[in-house]
Amino acid sequence: MLKALLPSNYLPILVFFFIALAFGVVTIVAGYLVRPKNTYDQKLTPYESGILPETDARQRFPLRYYLIAMLFVLFDIEMVFLYPWAVSFNQLGLFALVEMILFLTILFVGYFYAWKKGALEWD
Amino acid sequence: MIPLSYYVTVSTMMFVIGLVGILIRKNFLIILFSIELMLNAANINLVAFSHHFGEVDGQVISLFIITVAAAEAAVGLAIIIVLFRRKATTNVDELNLMKW
Amino acid sequence: MTPIMPDIQLIAIFPESILAIFACALFVMDPFIARDKKEQLGYFSLAGLCVSGVSTLFLWGKSISTFSGMIALDNYALFFKTLFLMISALIILMSIRYIKIERINLGEYYGLILFATIGMMFMPSATDLLSFYLSLELMSMSLYVLAAFMRKDPKSIEGGIKYFLTGVFSSGLILYGVAFLFGATGTTNLGEIAAFLQENGVTSSLSLIMAFVLLITGFGFKISAVPFHMWAPDVYEGSPTPVTAFLSAGSKAAAFSVMLRVFINAFALSSGNWWPVLWVIAVLTMTLGNLVALVQTNMKRLLAYSSIAHAGYLMIGLITASQIGYAAILIYLVGYVFMTLGAFTLIILLCSANMKGDQISDFKGLARTNPMLGLVFIIFALSLIGIPPSAGFVGKLYLFNSAIQGGFYWLAIIGILNSVVSLYYYFRVVQVMYMDEPNAGTVLSFSPTLKVALGITAFLTLFLGLYPEPIIKAAIDSVQIFL
Repeated sequence: MLKALLPSNYLPILVFFFIALAFGVVTIVAGYLVRPKNTYDQKLTPYESGILPETDARQRFPLRYYLIAMLFVLFDIEMVFLYPWAVSFNQLGLFALVEMILFLTILFVGYFYAWKKGALEWD
Repeated sequence: MIPLSYYVTVSTMMFVIGLVGILIRKNFLIILFSIELMLNAANINLVAFSHHFGEVDGQVISLFIITVAAAEAAVGLAIIIVLFRRKATTNVDELNLMKW
Repeated sequence: MTPIMPDIQLIAIFPESILAIFACALFVMDPFIARDKKEQLGYFSLAGLCVSGVSTLFLWGKSISTFSGMIALDNYALFFKTLFLMISALIILMSIRYIKIERINLGEYYGLILFATIGMMFMPSATDLLSFYLSLELMSMSLYVLAAFMRKDPKSIEGGIKYFLTGVFSSGLILYGVAFLFGATGTTNLGEIAAFLQENGVTSSLSLIMAFVLLITGFGFKISAVPFHMWAPDVYEGSPTPVTAFLSAGSKAAAFSVMLRVFINAFALSSGNWWPVLWVIAVLTMTLGNLVALVQTNMKRLLAYSSIAHAGYLMIGLITASQIGYAAILIYLVGYVFMTLGAFTLIILLCSANMKGDQISDFKGLARTNPMLGLVFIIFALSLIGIPPSAGFVGKLYLFNSAIQGGFYWLAIIGILNSVVSLYYYFRVVQVMYMDEPNAGTVLSFSPTLKVALGITAFLTLFLGLYPEPIIKAAIDSVQIFL
């Protein structure tokens, strides 16, 4: 019964998972037990390459950032179609090339539009 | 070899989590995450069925779904930015101008 | 290795390709056109729609299945494509002045309408679950943005967000249903699904029931059937008025066009026992839509509830699962599209710089100051109720007739009773237009294009009521594919 529930091929992954978990837990617990516990303000501030932090780290991101991130996601996800195309290119030949040029042209129209609208400028 | 029913169970669980999330959560961004969960539940199902039948149709659909999900997220974020500029909130319960 | 030449006949997607080229060109041109000259882009997109329309007419009568069975070009698809092109052209005609008044005269507006139209045109052509899902998404995605297009207006933003949330939610449901349909049959092609089900006769397997429930829920949202209608009034009220018209005419017709293909082909409606579910939804939709419309004070909300009720009437044709029922849906849709667009055109006419014009009280005495408008509104009201001579009457006649022939007497009776209820709220508006004293500050924002749109819709609503034969013949020709 148990064997049926636990496919043997995946046993190494399960073992690995527990080892990884144990490693994390053991290091944190060991560090907690061993280290000296004298804290003061200076020590608790986040370390940022030696520069004193001026404001709280949890600030709002500028809206621009979301726009750039959105554009990145949109143009990045098109890679999903390039991979199968590249794999089967040898069998499809010229036809696939024309198709992909068409596809990228449409994508470029979108890029051109975003560029001309100033979506890529930071200020 | 993992039986088909395992995949379907996982995907159903994901789908239900997404469904409940959309219905009870108030924050627009969390609702967006829940929608992604629903779409990915469908992805798991499609790939599992596709593997089961030995046909690639389902996997092709799931590739397209990934793209559509990205576009959907972009449109959703754009709309929520417009809302945030106007009302400085992402809580969908505060959208109560129109009733009945 | 020899190259594999995929099965592609570009002629099958020729009208859509033309429109896509125009839409892309529009987005390229947009940054170079000054803000006060954006109406040029409106005329440009009208030109695109005309070219695409002409090419559609040339294709009439052809029967092609291509892209490995993903896209079919037949009379059914062409019927709807022509309808969507006309809707889109009318929407652009009525928008050109409106979007200037509302200060949203941006090129993207026209571009998004074109993209939504492309999605709609692919929907009746889709014979594969993938092409069906993608075209649905192309339409919806453009409409989400259009609904929230008035960025400065809190109502439009609210409408846009509500539409987006319900839209993606229903798309998720439909998608999960698609996954189960694929799981139940092992194929994504609608024709092969039908063949598989006929061969194996599994009309009650668990996956299939799951698929049916999910798809009917998802489509219920798209056509705003009760109990999935909550979003419609808010979205209709908030969106820019031409977009509301586009939603109620275009997206509903498109959802029905694809619903027919999916349900008739994949679920074999005529042999399955699915009709009790649809029966309950149809009756609820008709009744609730009409009853809630009685108490509305906002014209856009009133039309929203009336469009919910119309979705209920349209479902009758689906329930009867007969050739005449399907033809009746097509006939009714054509009438519905023109009368709804006409009614919305009147609201747009009332919208000026200092008035939204969407309250019923804004219509006060309009027929006294402008008798022509009163007459035009009466035509639309008659048609929306279903009184001859109007397009709405012909459609309802065919729908109820198909219900009686199929033995669904109660459905026909409930439908007729509902039409009587609807008489009350449409004629309340007519009464306000004729009996009340005119408002002092009403400014009508006439423009040549708006006049054209109003003229076309009024003429067609009346003409199709007087001489419906061509549409009936075209509709019966179109549903031959469901034999």
